[in-house]
Amino acid sequence: MNFLSDPIKVISTWLTSLLTGWGLSAGLTSVLLSLVGIVLMITAVMVLDIMLVWVERKVVARFQGRLGPNRVGPYGLFQPFPDIIKLIIKEDITPDGADKLVYNMAPIISLGSVIFLWAVVPIAARIYGADLNVALLYMVAAGSLGTLSIIMAGWASNNKYALLGAFRQVAAMISFEIPMVVALLIPTILTGSLSLQVITDKQSGGNWFFLLSPLGALLFLVSAIAELGRSPFDLNEGESEIVSGYHIEYTGMKFGLFYAGELLHAFTFGGFLSILFFGGWHGPAASTYPLLGVFYFVVKAMIGYWVIMWIKYTVPRIRIDHMLMFNWKFLTPLAFALLIVTAVTNSLLKGSSFYMPGMFLSNFLLGWITIEIMRFSSRKQRLAVKAPEPAVQH
Amino acid sequence: MAASQIIFIFSAALIIASAVMVVSSRNLIHAALWLIAALFGVAILYAVLDAGFLAVVQVVVYIGAIAIMFIFAVMLTHRDMRDSGVQVNPGWPLAAVLSLLTFGGLFAILSKWNGLGNLPAPIPGTTNTLAQLGLALTSPDAYVLPFEVASVLLLAALIGSVYVAMNKK
Amino acid sequence: MIPLNWFLYLSAALFSIGLFGVLARRNAVAILLSVELMLNAVNINLVAFWRYGNTASMAGQVFAIIVFAVAAAEVAVGLSLIYSIYRRRGTIIADELDLMKW
Repeated sequence: MNFLSDPIKVISTWLTSLLTGWGLSAGLTSVLLSLVGIVLMITAVMVLDIMLVWVERKVVARFQGRLGPNRVGPYGLFQPFPDIIKLIIKEDITPDGADKLVYNMAPIISLGSVIFLWAVVPIAARIYGADLNVALLYMVAAGSLGTLSIIMAGWASNNKYALLGAFRQVAAMISFEIPMVVALLIPTILTGSLSLQVITDKQSGGNWFFLLSPLGALLFLVSAIAELGRSPFDLNEGESEIVSGYHIEYTGMKFGLFYAGELLHAFTFGGFLSILFFGGWHGPAASTYPLLGVFYFVVKAMIGYWVIMWIKYTVPRIRIDHMLMFNWKFLTPLAFALLIVTAVTNSLLKGSSFYMPGMFLSNFLLGWITIEIMRFSSRKQRLAVKAPEPAVQH
Repeated sequence: MAASQIIFIFSAALIIASAVMVVSSRNLIHAALWLIAALFGVAILYAVLDAGFLAVVQVVVYIGAIAIMFIFAVMLTHRDMRDSGVQVNPGWPLAAVLSLLTFGGLFAILSKWNGLGNLPAPIPGTTNTLAQLGLALTSPDAYVLPFEVASVLLLAALIGSVYVAMNKK
Repeated sequence: MIPLNWFLYLSAALFSIGLFGVLARRNAVAILLSVELMLNAVNINLVAFWRYGNTASMAGQVFAIIVFAVAAAEVAVGLSLIYSIYRRRGTIIADELDLMKW
């Protein structure tokens, strides 16, 4: 067995032989090894998270024509560490009248709901936490824990702005969950499985689902941004209206946990976008050398993350009624139409040589029809507004 | 003691303790949050019982939707958010006696039954219970009718609740 | 391996706690919370009997899913009723909703 072809297996067999050599029983050893794996995974993700602070700040700066952090270390690379030190030494305030337990639990659940997601992420060939056969639903479940943490924070802060932010965010998250789940069903229809491992493996050799269902990828991206609560859907924070919403009362490291959770969540959704529609870790020579697969996966996830940031720092915030209208009158019907079209096309063309072009064309047609309908209805709205104008002429 | 037994005892303790808090907590938001803890424990039990799909659906449906709806309802129906009066009826001792009697009766009936010490037969590695469940829910000679009726029920509940809660002016 | 009776006793206890809540709580929302506990007790039983009985027939899991749907419908209708009552009467204490009582 070669370290390069299966690093996790090599390390675990070595550790097992070491631990059983010390006289531990086989059951205890496997429990210990799982614990080590969990701790390693969380540590890796958290270290990545620290670097994401730098990435985010640097990329924002580029979008806004600034330089970004550039004093601490080369290219400001060590900027996150002073940030963290600052967060840790800040005063830790629990406001008067706050519900102490709930108030302090909320940031933990917020970050935890994101770290939960990494249990099912296939990082590379033979490197993953668990191969659940319901991984996609697990993802939605972890997202609902995130919703819970927001409403806990909003309520326990004993602050009207916090509660308003939480209400807005929960209303948005619950409604945008529907198009997201439907978008998740599209890779499920294409593979016949809810397991992320199977979904990645079906996309080996450049057979990305993005080519089969570009509209599905777009739907997932939009609803993921709403689920993340990032601009243009960042009504939960809305700095100019409700002074940063549900985490208004949080200081120091508690705020840091929310912030870290948000960044990691965005990166994780970039990763899911790459897994579901862009082949995950698959790339040249990735199945023989898993460490290369890790590299491909991180690069693809970073590109997804970059797209999310790009949208965040380019598009202004929209109003809550527009946002919910956008979901219920546009995104959800489109998602269901796409689901039906994908299912029908998939069962009609499966196995034929027209499969890929047929899927792409059906998506393209659906997108075109949607745009035509939108153009028609927006024209009708414009005409309805313009009509009363000529009444003033004499 | 096997690992699954330790997990069972942990989650059973979580369920019972949180359920007691649900019925005894004075603050209704806390009661709803304790309900979430209890439901989470039930989800763990489903995972122990090899029903992974149900475990995840439990979290999505109960914690993601139902519990959050409860929290909303509590917030909407409280005059001030800290309603800290007595939250039980004057007749609560009678209720306690009744529920203890129920538990005693169930316990007595259960301990007479002789299928109790049963251990589960291992599920063969080749069967995919998730696929089986999907087929059972959609095949006409299994449960497609109850499944469709359930979806009609959900639609009716959706329309009905919107109609009932609508502010008719 | 866990014997079947552990699950059954747990679900009996959960059901009884829920029953106590339904009978003793004053707030209508709290009564609905307790009903949820009772439904979950039923679901534990259904899934446990599925696992310890014939796993090839999916009856237990299918029933559990239908209980999920019914629970969601019940909560939606129940909470909207409670909200509507609150708007009209200004209270959701079950004892004070005695308009029909003489």
